Amino acid sequence: MLGIAIQKMKLSSMAIYIVISVTAFFTLLPFLFLISGSLTSEKEILNHGFSLIPRKFDLYAYEYILYDYQKILNAYGVTIFVTVVGTVASVMITALMAYPIARPDLKYRNYFAFYVFLTMLFNGGMVPWYIVCRNLQLIDNIWALIFPYIINAWNVMLLRNFFKTIPASLYESAYIDGAGEWRIFFRIVMPLSKPGLATVTLFIALSYWNDWWLGLMLLNKHDLYPLQLLLRTIVSNVQFLATASSQITGGVQRELPTLGVRMSTTMITIGPIIFLYTFLQKYFIKGIIIGAVKG
Amino acid sequence: MRNISSPVSGFVHEMTRKKSLYLMLIPGTIALFLFNYLPLFGIVVAFMDYNIADGIFKSRWVGFDNFQFFLTSEDGWRAIRNTLYLNGMFILVHTVLQILFALLLNEVSSRFFKKFSQSLIFLPYFISWIVVSVFIFNLFNFEYGTVNALLKEYGKEPSAVFSMPEVWPFILILIDSWRRLGFGMIIYLAALAGINEEYYDAAVVDGASRWQRIRHISIPLIMPVVTILTLLDIGRILNADFGMFYGLIGDNSVLFPTTDVFDTFVYRNLRVLGDMGMASAAGLFQSVVGFILVLFSNLAARKFQEDGALF
Repeated sequence: MLGIAIQKMKLSSMAIYIVISVTAFFTLLPFLFLISGSLTSEKEILNHGFSLIPRKFDLYAYEYILYDYQKILNAYGVTIFVTVVGTVASVMITALMAYPIARPDLKYRNYFAFYVFLTMLFNGGMVPWYIVCRNLQLIDNIWALIFPYIINAWNVMLLRNFFKTIPASLYESAYIDGAGEWRIFFRIVMPLSKPGLATVTLFIALSYWNDWWLGLMLLNKHDLYPLQLLLRTIVSNVQFLATASSQITGGVQRELPTLGVRMSTTMITIGPIIFLYTFLQKYFIKGIIIGAVKG
Repeated sequence: MRNISSPVSGFVHEMTRKKSLYLMLIPGTIALFLFNYLPLFGIVVAFMDYNIADGIFKSRWVGFDNFQFFLTSEDGWRAIRNTLYLNGMFILVHTVLQILFALLLNEVSSRFFKKFSQSLIFLPYFISWIVVSVFIFNLFNFEYGTVNALLKEYGKEPSAVFSMPEVWPFILILIDSWRRLGFGMIIYLAALAGINEEYYDAAVVDGASRWQRIRHISIPLIMPVVTILTLLDIGRILNADFGMFYGLIGDNSVLFPTTDVFDTFVYRNLRVLGDMGMASAAGLFQSVVGFILVLFSNLAARKFQEDGALF
């Protein structure tokens, strides 16, 4: 088999390697432009456009946003708070919902499963949802960035599938040994479901970190803006500034590196994700496969 | 023996015996009620001339006026058309590319190369649409964008992509495929990994070429997964990805003719124009038609494969 494989490692195999490498490179290209853009002096970008390798290395765009760090620090604080608190609460509530539904001996489990499942099929739409959020006093409230995403039917179903793989004899023997349901849940079920919990935790954390929809809908105050929404504001405001000032001063603007600031702010928001991605991506991949096979 | 067969005592018995398990269900049940079930009552807004000051109880009933208004408006039809066309193209193009790259990567024997390229291709899935909008800006900005820099280098006129609605369907299709390639590829790779090695071994013995093995073993055997994922995609064809469209297009109304979709249309009517009636009529239309589509696609998936359906 190996002998055949090596012999066949000729033109067609080379072509496959090349096609995949080129695709991977193009996938990565926007990230490379971003990194390079954030490290290039503003003047070079203005004169020659963005390039793959900085023509003239410069950290001014980072200095600029760090000088006015209050807003970014604040948005970072909001996003970290929302991601940490939201993820912990959401994983807890999701697991607590999924576990009883997965228990074969629970009489009414199917009613609850249907109650969860129905939300995947039909929703009232954006307007009624908005009215409900208003009435729950979520406008301009930090919890507006957490509560609406606290539970999601897909995650409940994914965890339920994980919990179902735990053999019922395990709870039964724990039960006979005198352990209560809560104890069984925290001491036996949760530890045994670590891979599933890791996947769901990562997906929930990612959706909190990357979210700006809740802020867009429910926040008017800028001081509660999460990172993504601040980035959005900077991106559109700087664009506005750039066009206005270039008309007045003929394109020469030294104080505000309008292009660089967008790049450096973007870098700051995706930095943690890319850093964590390298360590955690295998859990995402595992989770997708399990979700796809069983869901 | 105590009689526990009557429904009431059976209920009480179950509740007392499994009290803790039912307590666990409470927080999730409440959260789903608040954010998924309570809004269903708000559907009545679609039949009202709603304003926030009067609320649901005092606003005037207008019957189907909002729907009539929505279905006869130019913008409403444009949103329906764009949503169907763009989502249809997304499904077609990204599915083909995902399968193609899964098949290619499946032929790679080096585990390191496989893992490494998979990681790189999966990366775009993890960044927000706002960041993607920065990428788009870097590429297409009129003065400094990479595309225009290249055009100028070759002595061509730079093009103002942000005011050219006709090119945006292509850009959006490209971005959608770019962002989802890794995700779908991983699913199809898993399906390919599930194929019994013996089929390939037998084919090699029979002298089948690589292309023949792909065509007659790999592709037919992953078709069930492809069909089911596509059907589920079709069930959601009316739901445009708001983050994508609003993140990339935003309020740039020059591009609306080809890029305004259901979700951005509803958002604009709700938050910008304040036309709640129109917004909720469009939203309800989307929910109802979407529900029917999901049911049908699911029925088709079940017909196609017993355990392939979502429910």
